[in-house]
Amino acid sequence: MKKITIDPITRLEGHGKITIFLNEDGSVANTYLQIPELRGFEKFSEGRIAEDMPQITQRICGVCPEAHHMAATKALDDLFHVEPTSTAKKLRELLYSAFYVTDHTTHFYILAGPDFVMGPDASPAERNILGVIGKVGLELGGAVINTRKQNHWIIQTVGGRPIHPCFGLPGGVSRAINEEERAKIEEIAKGSIEFAKLTLKVFDDVVLKNKTYLDMILSDTFTQKSYNMGLVDKNNKVNFYDGKVRVVGPDGKEFCKYAPREYLEHIAERVEPWTYLKFPYLKKIGWKGFVDGKDSGVYRATPLSRLNAADGMATPLAQQEYERMYSTLGGKPANYTLATHWARLIELLYAAERLLELSRDPEITSPDIRNIPTATPDEGVGIVEAPRGTLTHHYITDEKGVIKKCNLIVGTTNNHAPLFMSIKKAAEDLIKPGVKITEGLLNRIEMAWRPYDPCMSCATHALPGQLPLEVTIYDAQGNEVKKLSQGIS
Amino acid sequence: MAKLKIALYWAASCGGCEIATLAIHEKILKLAEVADIVFWPVGLDFKYADVEKMPDKSVDVCLFNGAIRNEENEHMAHLLRAKSKVMIAYGSCAYEGCIPGLSNFYNRQMTFERAYIETPSTDNPKKIFPQTKVKVPEGELELPELYDTVKTLAQTVDVDYFVPGCPPEERTTWLALEALITGKLPPKGTVISHSIKAVCDECPRKKEEKKIKKFYRAYEKIPEAERCLLEQGFLCYGVATRGGCGALCPQANMRCTGCYGPVEGVIDQGAHFLSALSSIIDSNDPEEIQKIIDDIPDPAGTFYRYSLPDSLLRRARIK
Repeated sequence: MKKITIDPITRLEGHGKITIFLNEDGSVANTYLQIPELRGFEKFSEGRIAEDMPQITQRICGVCPEAHHMAATKALDDLFHVEPTSTAKKLRELLYSAFYVTDHTTHFYILAGPDFVMGPDASPAERNILGVIGKVGLELGGAVINTRKQNHWIIQTVGGRPIHPCFGLPGGVSRAINEEERAKIEEIAKGSIEFAKLTLKVFDDVVLKNKTYLDMILSDTFTQKSYNMGLVDKNNKVNFYDGKVRVVGPDGKEFCKYAPREYLEHIAERVEPWTYLKFPYLKKIGWKGFVDGKDSGVYRATPLSRLNAADGMATPLAQQEYERMYSTLGGKPANYTLATHWARLIELLYAAERLLELSRDPEITSPDIRNIPTATPDEGVGIVEAPRGTLTHHYITDEKGVIKKCNLIVGTTNNHAPLFMSIKKAAEDLIKPGVKITEGLLNRIEMAWRPYDPCMSCATHALPGQLPLEVTIYDAQGNEVKKLSQGIS
Repeated sequence: MAKLKIALYWAASCGGCEIATLAIHEKILKLAEVADIVFWPVGLDFKYADVEKMPDKSVDVCLFNGAIRNEENEHMAHLLRAKSKVMIAYGSCAYEGCIPGLSNFYNRQMTFERAYIETPSTDNPKKIFPQTKVKVPEGELELPELYDTVKTLAQTVDVDYFVPGCPPEERTTWLALEALITGKLPPKGTVISHSIKAVCDECPRKKEEKKIKKFYRAYEKIPEAERCLLEQGFLCYGVATRGGCGALCPQANMRCTGCYGPVEGVIDQGAHFLSALSSIIDSNDPEEIQKIIDDIPDPAGTFYRYSLPDSLLRRARIK
């Protein structure tokens, strides 16, 4: 049996490796996605003081530390039985909205955009952010850099530090903002809304008006009918910071809706011996293998799943875009994996609109930013919507607030099985007997997982964001018969 | 003048150091004028095999971030050391082990048991652990071996310079890059930062007399706006931590947690903090001192938050 390994070997320290086994006739026998890394936060958090968990757990990821910081801080509210002040909640959500603007911008322009703007078969030397800037113009390139930089300023101002913020406390936050800072945030928010609108227009012009791309989005190769998960507010609108987790089926019907404390009734995780990462699934349906459909417990937690799981967006412009997307895609839920990129841009617009709303909130500059907890700490669960999926932190402490047990279900982990299935399906559809394996074909396999923006690819958030691949084909005796490289100049 | 050849690599890290490298913003263009990046798996498509083919010492500088956690990290550390004239441990993980180094309180078996069996959401009745080699129906799959102990870069290969911080601040990164660009390199072993003194030195909070009767946890009270956090009883680590960060955390009303590592000349940051603490506890009565100390529930994990692998303790002995 032949074996193809797609191994981003230039990113050696464990971020994902794809192995495809071929039958003798050249068709795909099976595909595996392996995560070769474990850092053990669930163990070494034991013995630590609870109030430091926002700063400890954010070291899981330096690209989305804000998500861990926020889930941990909310778990502390629950653990210490203290309600944050209204201003504190708003400051947390304000920082989180700025974070979403930067994160989604980075993903679209640097990671995903090159495939569409330059085309999946473009030369790897062009298929990167620099190519994108060359095509869409320096002005937009400058806007990308500026939007990121300004929203990072908000993160540092509100959160205390530019990377790995330090402001979260049970019952509130450590620092208030003043009127001068608020006014600047308001200006940045206005600019971010314009930037998000412009980005949606780029998506329209480049992707939606191109029939080849639209057909690709709607094709069976990139379709997966799994359950959809996302955090919603009390009106069932998308919310990143707070609310209940809602799951809808591939048919669009609500399957369940749960509060953070109830997560163990709904989610279970499976272990496989060939990867360090676990596979979460819906507990009440059970693990039925790597299959989609209503009878499989596999669910997705992506921007598209969040929109599928909600009844709409809480801000006006994002709501318009939401309606337009579903009318173009033929209704809800949309099970087209590549439409995740579109959903992400609608979320970008929502995050910018929410940022503006919060910056204009009369309470936002109030000094009333902390409630001091008085109850004995025991157990707490915090859930936020990380850009890459629903993020759950669960801590149990002794009466002094020292961590005894810690359980984490991290954004990308939710999507581990769907990612695997999307890659497998793309590989099976694209690698056929007699079909030449080209660089563009490998990139199309990659395009099946890029929509998830998996955190294993955090790395590719950097310039110029092209995932390097090397594919080696072995014959049944393990001899190398062919080697193909992508992205090597 | 020939352009500098720079390599960047990440081992066991969170990616924050990569973002920090990019945080020099427009100065990246200045860097590009004088330097070529020859290897950067995160950003550029040069391959591992390309590095193997490079002649020894053909790379001028390697900025290496991340700790040494598994066999692949270790292999890359040796390879890049051989290819590079100057090896820099960039960021707290490579320099001291950092927060993932807290794993040295436990071992691989305990970590596996927690992650793959005990956690309440895990359903693993057959008690399966990930294996380095696994037979599947179609063939064999491999995973790199995870080590029991997290090591620093300098415990693995010879290191020329250290850049502190989790992650290093923009100005610290630029200080290191500037030294490289201008060729004005400090003596081997230097920790590159704007300060050799403690964070307190650059902290705007007012310092008076440090006499402490009671320690407070961060959630227990709101600190006074302008007064030294340690004097208020918060376990601010600034006294035992190298400056250069600009004292960001104390200015956000949070205690310093020590991410820039020990001050100049100190080997063990935790021991240094402990000795500083003992001099400010306002009591001579052993019973009272014990009571005051009892308010610090996790001294090892707090004093060695970023430096356990690099400390004299290095790891917990597990029987």
